[in-house]
Amino acid sequence: MAHFEKATSLHDWLNQRLAIDTLRRVLATEYWIPKNINFLWAMGMVLAITFGMLLISGIFLLMYYQPNVDLAFDSVNYTIMKEVEFGWLWRHVHGVAASVVFLIIYIHMFTGIYYGSYKKGRELIWISGMLLFVTFSAEAFSGYMLPWGQMSYWAGMVITNLFSLGDLHLNGLVEWIRGDYVPGQAFLNRFFMLHVLLLPLVIIALIGLHFGTLRIPHVNNQEGEEIDFDEEAAKYKAGKKKEAKVIAFANDFLAKDMFVVSIFLIFFFYLVFYHYEFAMDPVNFDPADPLKTPEHIYPEWYFLWSYEILRPFSTNVGLIAFGFAQVIFFLLPFLDRSPNAKPAHKRGLFFYWFWALVIDMIVLTAMGKLPPEGIFSTIGLYAALTFIGLWIILPIITKMEKEVKE
Amino acid sequence: MRELKILAIVVTFTLITYYLVEPFAHSQMHKHVEFRNFQYDGKSDIEEVEHKIKVAKANNEPTKELEKKLEEKKKFWSEVDKISKIKGDPVAGEGTYAMCQGCHFDGATNMGGVTPPSLEHAGALYDKKYLIALVKDPAMAMNVDHKYKDDSMHPMGAIMSMVSSDQDIANVVAYLKEKKAGKMDATEAFVEACGRCHADRYMKWTQVGFVPKTKENIKTGQDIEALKFKQKVAEEQNALADYLGKLPPDLSIIVRARSEHFLKTFVEDPQTQLPGTAMPRVGLTKESYEKVNEFLEDSGDAKRHERAELGPIVLVYLLIFALFAYLWKREVWRDLH
Amino acid sequence: MGKAFGAVASVGAVATLYAMKKTWDPLPSVKAAGFTTLDMSAYEDNKLVTEKWRGKPIFVLKQSPEMVEYAKKKDELKRLIKVGNDYFMIVVGLCTHLGCIPGYRPERKDFLCACHGGQYDSTAEVTKAPPPRGLDIPPFKVDGMKVVLGEEGPEYKKMLQDGITLPV
Repeated sequence: MAHFEKATSLHDWLNQRLAIDTLRRVLATEYWIPKNINFLWAMGMVLAITFGMLLISGIFLLMYYQPNVDLAFDSVNYTIMKEVEFGWLWRHVHGVAASVVFLIIYIHMFTGIYYGSYKKGRELIWISGMLLFVTFSAEAFSGYMLPWGQMSYWAGMVITNLFSLGDLHLNGLVEWIRGDYVPGQAFLNRFFMLHVLLLPLVIIALIGLHFGTLRIPHVNNQEGEEIDFDEEAAKYKAGKKKEAKVIAFANDFLAKDMFVVSIFLIFFFYLVFYHYEFAMDPVNFDPADPLKTPEHIYPEWYFLWSYEILRPFSTNVGLIAFGFAQVIFFLLPFLDRSPNAKPAHKRGLFFYWFWALVIDMIVLTAMGKLPPEGIFSTIGLYAALTFIGLWIILPIITKMEKEVKE
Repeated sequence: MRELKILAIVVTFTLITYYLVEPFAHSQMHKHVEFRNFQYDGKSDIEEVEHKIKVAKANNEPTKELEKKLEEKKKFWSEVDKISKIKGDPVAGEGTYAMCQGCHFDGATNMGGVTPPSLEHAGALYDKKYLIALVKDPAMAMNVDHKYKDDSMHPMGAIMSMVSSDQDIANVVAYLKEKKAGKMDATEAFVEACGRCHADRYMKWTQVGFVPKTKENIKTGQDIEALKFKQKVAEEQNALADYLGKLPPDLSIIVRARSEHFLKTFVEDPQTQLPGTAMPRVGLTKESYEKVNEFLEDSGDAKRHERAELGPIVLVYLLIFALFAYLWKREVWRDLH
Repeated sequence: MGKAFGAVASVGAVATLYAMKKTWDPLPSVKAAGFTTLDMSAYEDNKLVTEKWRGKPIFVLKQSPEMVEYAKKKDELKRLIKVGNDYFMIVVGLCTHLGCIPGYRPERKDFLCACHGGQYDSTAEVTKAPPPRGLDIPPFKVDGMKVVLGEEGPEYKKMLQDGITLPV
């Protein structure tokens, strides 16, 4: 057993048992972040705050929500929206945050792609981030089932049908996932469990992993400069804060983060109070009706690009393209063959590849919502082919890239 | 400056994406229906038939029936317009109104599928031209004439033989507009205009009235009165569903399920938004529509006033929050730059 | 010995996984809940009636003489079910693409799926992609003027054998 002395203060008492001074030093005051960064580096904190808001609002919704096919719709739209004090606020915060969190995730992802923050020792940061993206997607989808409106039901029907895998006709698998021939009570109950327990646990574990993967390679910077963190930290600690290329996580980085967070919150609560409809589709305010398909079925906006990759093809090809879209982002660190871990504007062709990808995904997103007819159908097909093509040429154009010397 | 440039790029792409998936996509998904400010002159009815003729011609289908229908509609609405210019005599109208009361009375029960509505506030609820059209030919006024071919008649069809002269029509409408136009609240407006076909469970309204307060037998937990009421509702709903093809939807949360524009234009002429629907045109005036809408918002968006109150407070607080965050950041970073 | 312990532990883990898999299976009450009997004398020519079987919509469409002619011409009579002297289309009313309910247009005698634009004719054979095949026919058994859904009669087994429908 370790040796303990009589504590001189509460701080000392805790310090002997928990080493809080060391923790503080390692996690905050001597956790080094590059100085040369912009506000996009605060998106991690914005995401953490948004996840916190989802968790808290979710807890209060959970206190009144009823996971029963006959009661779910009214427990949300009557009990929570009309009876519970501030129930409407929790629900609108939860619904808007679920949508906005994906906007920030996409900004965070594309920041990583633009600045090459998945290269040279940072591969696991990217992969753990992508795992978070996939888990968040599952979390969003399972949550969308819970109000048991028309869009919940029919999105549940369409997405679980994907698991029959086209010509493999795995109807047994689909029925196993649903626990019934069609989405019903068993389906609602298990997606409820996934949404409020299993997936949040996985998300929290993955957030821990994501932070862990940052520790050794450190956060990237705006110019892709390789920094000797020990040397720069020594300068900082010697009081030469102005010359040092690093800053401490707290309070230096945190102060900037919180300012960005405060601007984000203004935007977020503006949406919550004045513009929540975009995140709460009107179709889902009609109770689920298994015998009536809504005129238009489309997923929430953040799934549209991958949905559109599924749509223009015949069932089997569509599923293969869809599967491709789901895994390809994971492989980015290995498909990018360039020796440079630099921002895109220093990398020649990659710069154009980056913007082509952004624009193509926006086009896919738009076409994914529009009815699949006429010109939209054609544009969607070409955008889907472009998406696949972009990923095929990525190793080629990055292989051709010359090493950038500063 | 660089940060502002980056911010501008992020905001631009976000707004483009938003525009494409929301306003643009919805404009493509839903055909545009013109709002006519609750004027009932038959224009949308005539345009509907004209459109059908155009489609039929494009498909090389016969248009003779439709052309006949078009003439019929044009003639009908021009006659309505003519009657609206005749000065009606409310005193003479009272006698005619007595005939209406044969079916429209307090406590009326289901007749051929629907329960005749109370006319207590008919003069305030319904537009003058619409009432004229309604007395002249109910199926045409409601724009559900497609449902009644030669073999069946609108449940109110008998009025056509009872009140047929232009002057009679003008008189009874004048009577309604003068004597049955008292003040009403949002609940009365909804109940009289919509409540015979549509339930609203969030307001405890059923097609046969508000759910009554009943007591259960404490020894058994059984509540016979409640069961009896449920049976009455079920019978009324079955009759309605048989008559209309399906049970009209519960309107508890319709204000969130449909846009404001959809609801307004749908009430003006249901056929424009849902071709072939069994829902009749109701003929609400602008004022009475607002009353009905108020009831529906109380039902489906009850906390809207609280939301409107809290919004500015939260945003002002966040501005202060941002100011302090900025001051802190500036202080911390003074040593770093 | 460490490896042996690992092996014993994995036996336990696999057994637990098996139990978990079985827990997710549809319940016996769900599985047993569905034999629907249809009285075929009650239907009218070219009038689509939607019945319910195991929570799924079932389209029943009695074929008018001209529709039977059409089916003969297209060699699709094999998709129809003969009860007495009449032919019926009895199918699961879920699009074979991604499971929406197609709408019937009596004047054109065809089905249109609003979700992704697939089309089917009056025997529910597909006429326009993306659906990969016609609407599936549920297991049925003809019993006089009645049809029992959920039971596999000889006519249904033949359809399966000939590849006219897939097991639902």
